[in-house]
Amino acid sequence: MTLSSTDADGLLRVRRSTQAPIYTIVGSMVLVVLLTVAPWVVPAEWSTVLMNFFILVTMATMWNLLAGYAGMVSIGQQAFVGLGAYATLYFAIKGVNPFFTIPLAALACAVIAYPVTFLLFRLRGGYFAVATWVVASTASLLIGINAYLGGGTGHILPNLPSLAPTSMQHLDYLATWGVALIVVTATYFLLRSRLGLVLASIRDNEVSARSAGTKVTSARRLVFLIAAAGCGAAGAVLAISQSYIQTGNEFNLQWSAEMLFVSMIGGLGTIEGPILGCIIFFALQQSLSQQGAWYLIIFGTVAVVIAIWQPQGLWGAFRDRFHVELLPVGHWVGERRSKGKSKTEE
Amino acid sequence: MNEAMLEVRGLTVHHGQLRAVDDVSFEVHRGEVLTMVGANGAGKSTLLRTVAGLHRQTSGTISFAGVDITKVAPQRRVRLGISLVPEGRRLFSSLTLEENLKVGAHGNTKGAFTIERIYELFDWMPARRRQRAWQFSGGEQQAIAIGRALVANPQLLLLDELSLGLAPIVIERIYALIPDIVEHGVGILLVEQDVALGVGVANRVHCLLEGKTSLVGAPDELTPQQIEHAYFGSELSHGATTSEGPA
Amino acid sequence: MIWVNVVVQGVLIGGFYALFACGLSLMFGVMRVINLAHGDIAVVAAYVAVFVTPHAHIPEVWAFLVVAPLFGLVGYVIQRTLIQKSIDRDPFTTLLVTFGLSVIIENLLLEIYSSNGQNVNIGELIVKSWHPQTIIYISYVSLVVLAASVLVLALLQLFLSKSGTGRLIRAVADDHEAAQLSGTNYRHIFGIAAAIAFATVALAGIAYGMMTEFAPTSGGVNLLFAFETVVIGGIGSLWGTLVGGIALGIAQQLGAHINPEYQVLFGNFLFLIVLAVRPQGLFGKKTALA
Repeated sequence: MTLSSTDADGLLRVRRSTQAPIYTIVGSMVLVVLLTVAPWVVPAEWSTVLMNFFILVTMATMWNLLAGYAGMVSIGQQAFVGLGAYATLYFAIKGVNPFFTIPLAALACAVIAYPVTFLLFRLRGGYFAVATWVVASTASLLIGINAYLGGGTGHILPNLPSLAPTSMQHLDYLATWGVALIVVTATYFLLRSRLGLVLASIRDNEVSARSAGTKVTSARRLVFLIAAAGCGAAGAVLAISQSYIQTGNEFNLQWSAEMLFVSMIGGLGTIEGPILGCIIFFALQQSLSQQGAWYLIIFGTVAVVIAIWQPQGLWGAFRDRFHVELLPVGHWVGERRSKGKSKTEE
Repeated sequence: MNEAMLEVRGLTVHHGQLRAVDDVSFEVHRGEVLTMVGANGAGKSTLLRTVAGLHRQTSGTISFAGVDITKVAPQRRVRLGISLVPEGRRLFSSLTLEENLKVGAHGNTKGAFTIERIYELFDWMPARRRQRAWQFSGGEQQAIAIGRALVANPQLLLLDELSLGLAPIVIERIYALIPDIVEHGVGILLVEQDVALGVGVANRVHCLLEGKTSLVGAPDELTPQQIEHAYFGSELSHGATTSEGPA
Repeated sequence: MIWVNVVVQGVLIGGFYALFACGLSLMFGVMRVINLAHGDIAVVAAYVAVFVTPHAHIPEVWAFLVVAPLFGLVGYVIQRTLIQKSIDRDPFTTLLVTFGLSVIIENLLLEIYSSNGQNVNIGELIVKSWHPQTIIYISYVSLVVLAASVLVLALLQLFLSKSGTGRLIRAVADDHEAAQLSGTNYRHIFGIAAAIAFATVALAGIAYGMMTEFAPTSGGVNLLFAFETVVIGGIGSLWGTLVGGIALGIAQQLGAHINPEYQVLFGNFLFLIVLAVRPQGLFGKKTALA
């Protein structure tokens, strides 16, 4: 076989992004500042929308980590959203300030996720997906029988700090924003690390990765735990913002639907993708808020269309067309001179 | 007996960015065996699969019985008379021997090769025809795969690496079938890594090196050194001259 | 005696679960597709039987005669278009697309028919039952559904093992490329498998509507049960699916007997135990899960 493009003579250079990182860094810092002061500046309803946005971004980023990077499609992440919410409730009932339970909830979810992986990893593909749903259903049912946590009817979240409603909302906002920021940033650095490279190699060709000595299962397990923790944190802030916890809400399959659609539309396997998908989702939801379930129908249809005809998602298409990456995690191999770059697999 | 049944001109096939087959041309006539030899990765299997319709070529034409079949779907090429015995046998493992043959015959093309005829060719088959395909040995599976392709009564039989993974005595028996098949006027395009085997049954030999044609001729016209050079693309033994070198 | 009733109820519902699940198993066995919209298609069939066929003067109880073949046709078309395109991409896409379809269908039904529960009207049959012993209660509807399920499964098994097309389906399931090389249009065979899946699940959906109330979200929970049935029974075996359905049914009835809230939970437990101890299911082959 002959290779169509040659690289044998040129000196190769490996870069991490398409443009100078200074734009990304400055841009991110400006955005972070803006979003942090937002609740004091924008109307209250916007704050609420932003909070829901952050929660979905957190969940979608985790779902995308699982599916787009580690190749595991899950429709059961709502298990960890629910468990995170109920962990918060549990610790709050025990007397802890709910805001401090957020990291505890994340940890609890990771701990619970660990033994679950030993069952789930016996399955692949679609069977894995539905099994995650069975796990979510089981978790929901087990908690639902538990009267201490409110059973089927629900339980109010106790021990919230007593503050004026506006201050309370600001605090809620900061907690939710904080979680989203931490989760996205952590994911970014994770994917740029060795683990990210390992995941990319598994995603591209698992058999080769195994034969190269990569601990495929351990990597997958770690990602699953991280995703569980992230969704748990999202569940915790969800509980705080709702302040009434009910199994129907917290373990709703709808969370999976939203995480999934948002990632599909935005673009799997990129960090920007889920964020873009969330922006579109909320724009659509706000404009169709009077029409009941139609926004979900439209959103779902768009997701299906994009999955078949534009599987890279909207961000993926934009990135490929304009060669822009805001949060680059891949490697570009190019020649030392600027002409004729050949991109390798990410 | 001398009009070309299969005509391939300027065939180029890519595997992603790799050019697996590079501007290859050849013909196969009725009742003749054309053997493609070449090292692993030389592009032989890709070429066969493209003739069978499983791969799209980048450029070039494939004509069968005078008709351009470049865009014809694989299952329709079978109806036209091309049958491929794929690398690795690829039997329907949960089906019985007889069911495998029946699937091969379901196109109802009339000809000399009925299921009964296959049972005559391989006398061990009738007794075991209700056994599931996965229960047979490698050599037996190869025989069943050939049988499955024959019952479609092809005019052109494509054989991909028949000898792979089989014991020498089994390979001998399989190759002994080829004259029988050719007697019925079937043309054979045979792909083989094992040069001696491939050249042994061939009317003509075509050697591929990294996707390109490196040597063409009848077995009695070619010396072992020429074939070796065309196969490996370099001088492994001294003092050999070739009619065509690698590109 | 009570335990006998638990087993009896389990068997009765098990037949239904098997009917529901056989389409899921078929689509996975033949084209490696997990149709996450499988349960919702059943629910649509029930809605069609209740709201659409009466316009054609067909009483709801006989609607299945028309709806099942109709859904078979729809299944063929959807497979040859949407699902085939997803398969051509990768298994990932297929999962995402069928999940998307599931959500779209459920919400469309919600918008059109609201979330109220519905029933397929079967007249007096709903209340008739048989009491062989005072504790054991067999409703006529359940019995009819069980008989129908076993009949359909038997016919399907016969079709697959004896007919030419059935043989082609099995061949395509083993190796669709090799089937192509034997002259088979494997996409057409995929379509037939999907048609069978849609038709059987439509029957199951109407049966469901006869036995109990259904609503737009009923598809989800039934998909879960169908999936559990297939995994417990083992992929690739229709009779395994029947046994799996009965096992699931019995586990659920056991749970319900202890505490009504435990019904689904016990079924989930059985599933998780089978997964832990014998992942290929009771009658499945070891390699079938990837």
